[in-house]
Amino acid sequence: MSKTITIDGKKIPFSEGQTIMEAATEAGVYIPHLCHNPDYEPHGSCKLCTVSVNGRNCTACTFPAMDGQEVISESRELEHDRQRITQMLFVEGNHFCPGCEKTGNCQLQAVAYHLNMLDNHFPHFFADREVDASHPDILIDHNRCIFCTLCVRASREKDGKNVFAISGRGINKHLIVNSASGKLGDSDIDVNDCAAHICPTGAILIKRQGYRIPIGQRIYDHKEINEVALEQEREGHGG
Amino acid sequence: MKQFLDQVLESAERQSTRLMQILRAVQDEYHYIPEQAIDYLAEQLNIARTQIISVAEFYSFFHLQPQGHYEILISDSITDLMLGKANIMAYLSKALRVEVGAVREDGIVSLNNTSCTGMCDQGPAGLVNGYAITKLDRPKIDRMAELIDNQVPLADWPAEFFQVDDNIRKPGLLLQQEIDQGAGLRQAFARGLQETLAEIDKSGLRGRGGAGFNTAMKWRFCAEEQSDRHYVVCNADEGEPGTFKDRVLLNSYADQVFEGMTLCAAIIGAEQGYLYLRGEYRHLEQQLRDLLQQRREAGLLGDNILGQGLNFDIEICMGAGAYICGEESALIESLEGKRGIPRNRPPYPVSHGYLNKPTVVNNVETFMAAAAISANGGDWFKGAGTEKSAGSKILSISGDCALPGIYEYPFGTTIAQILHDCGAVDVLGVQIGGPSGTFISKHELERKLAFEDLATGGSFIILNNSRNLFAMVKNFTHFFAHESCGFCTPCRVGTSLLKNQLDKVLDGHGSAGDVVALEELCQLVKNYSHCGLGQTAANPILTTLQRYPDLYQNQLKEISYEPGFDLDAALETARRMAHRDDAAAHLTQVED
Repeated sequence: MSKTITIDGKKIPFSEGQTIMEAATEAGVYIPHLCHNPDYEPHGSCKLCTVSVNGRNCTACTFPAMDGQEVISESRELEHDRQRITQMLFVEGNHFCPGCEKTGNCQLQAVAYHLNMLDNHFPHFFADREVDASHPDILIDHNRCIFCTLCVRASREKDGKNVFAISGRGINKHLIVNSASGKLGDSDIDVNDCAAHICPTGAILIKRQGYRIPIGQRIYDHKEINEVALEQEREGHGG
Repeated sequence: MKQFLDQVLESAERQSTRLMQILRAVQDEYHYIPEQAIDYLAEQLNIARTQIISVAEFYSFFHLQPQGHYEILISDSITDLMLGKANIMAYLSKALRVEVGAVREDGIVSLNNTSCTGMCDQGPAGLVNGYAITKLDRPKIDRMAELIDNQVPLADWPAEFFQVDDNIRKPGLLLQQEIDQGAGLRQAFARGLQETLAEIDKSGLRGRGGAGFNTAMKWRFCAEEQSDRHYVVCNADEGEPGTFKDRVLLNSYADQVFEGMTLCAAIIGAEQGYLYLRGEYRHLEQQLRDLLQQRREAGLLGDNILGQGLNFDIEICMGAGAYICGEESALIESLEGKRGIPRNRPPYPVSHGYLNKPTVVNNVETFMAAAAISANGGDWFKGAGTEKSAGSKILSISGDCALPGIYEYPFGTTIAQILHDCGAVDVLGVQIGGPSGTFISKHELERKLAFEDLATGGSFIILNNSRNLFAMVKNFTHFFAHESCGFCTPCRVGTSLLKNQLDKVLDGHGSAGDVVALEELCQLVKNYSHCGLGQTAANPILTTLQRYPDLYQNQLKEISYEPGFDLDAALETARRMAHRDDAAAHLTQVED
């Protein structure tokens, strides 16, 4: 007999060792997320994928599916709070969606649309963050980094390079680069590395690509992130 | 430098897991972590330089910029503030001719704040090059300034500056009956290890760190994990402001704590243990090392303990100023030479702990109690306390009372009784369990110390009626924002938002909606944070908001909305540039 969990009243089968996120994605159920990517070890830091499991809040990307679990994902409360957490990410950094090259292709922006986020709600921190344009092909705009660590993981796990790391504590957390100068240009990152392409926001951009695809024809201009994520990630989860 | 670093690397056996120890040595020598050291250590340890930078930037006691040869940090705990810390700090700054947060021009001395140093019963306190200095007053500061100006080595400073008193006021079950060295282990071997675990189970002992997990169950789970190695870790990183009992236990009862760790090792099959000692307790480090050596010589540590074929040893790992490392999985990360970020759970440390091997992490008091239970039997312990909270609890009491210090009570004792014993009068309320705990008002003093009612890691901070409750709430809220590790969004951003929002209300810029927004934010941080820090960071606001809503209301302006920034002040630059200061060049903040 195959084991099942219930998400929002819907019975979903899973195989041993799967997380709630994996089981959900395979079954075509979207749970909002930013730091999670099926190709990498789950991180559990953005907290957008928080679901209620038997009455307790857990991150779906790290929590193992267990037979008979009652999972709630689409309650009004969870959706409201996910919106608030997304707003936190917006006020922590400096995000100017209309002026960002990533607009329309940005997961942060798309999640915000999906959660019906209409304003930033919280007062801004107006953090003083820099742009690192020292690399010939790749640009880091720290204003848009949300610390999902996907570039850290991609560089280490896929590229075998360890170009990025997270440093600092609390609200002073920041992304650092593994080179003597701390600049990307002095690191061994290459434009073809996975780490250069995995950023869910506009923090890491490839140079000289700007507006190659016009605004209006970009991924999330036509599809909601739930649709896109399920299309792309079901395969990743072996669905 | 290379020669020095090689020496440090040798003593750390070139293990990157000992990065904390290595960086502490570098910080001691150069008063910061120099760039050349980072490069050399990275190369020699075969780790990325970013790992060293990120560790250095995570812990408060490491610096990438030079600090003074005398690094002075003053405790910013609410208890130190209540004992006149603000005046002391101002006087220090003047006497030493250095601004708070700065290094004096000649590089000799630097001065800054730090989180609670665990000297709440003898503050205002601080640290000089990591060594605790207590009961600061003006004469002492004048003398310090002289010593510093003459560059007298710290070792030659008057010993009484560094005197740390135990202040044990009321010993109970554990404190008045220390077991003889080796008694717990001998009993365990005579009785049988499984039978000893059964005794601990029978005793009803629950972890004394605050969460209260059944100790015997934890040890059994860990013992049952199949692995080539098991570890025992003693969590001596008590960083909860107002808590200092572990300091006293490790000063005067460490033998029994080590005995408890060894007992645990025998039961779970561990050969290596670690005592993770908070950096603030550096003054205890050497005496603890000496004690470990003495136990080795007595056949109670090392190979073939008591001739029973048990091999086990204990190493001390020093923290470096991060409250979050009191969380057991963050502590394990720190032990591995990394930033103290709490791990995702499951898996739990009992199966995937230190180096991903099964690990028991227990509090100092828990190990101490376990050793006593082995020596005296489960019934002896079970005889005290309540049904769900067996035994006694050791408390750190500070704040407004005649006799601050260490008290031990059987569970079930009322708060009123405790306040009576320590000489607290005219009480406004008590912060129980530190900032992450609960503030109870004077109307709740019949409540009981127990997991069933008021569970606590052991900190009592007493406030009398002369105190401003908001000073405490503000201090705690700022503390959490400062100590958040930053891993998860709700805590990283949320604790800083809480701090700003609370300050807005307390500074008199709040209006009706602001308290509602504050409360909503509290719930969000509480419900969605990754670990205990974020889950409890809003408690100081929530518990006081619940008990004193009027106090908060009185802080508010009688308008419906007060903006987050001053519009008219923001125009100042424009007015200066336009050489205008007429009425039309000013804007009112809100339309009344």
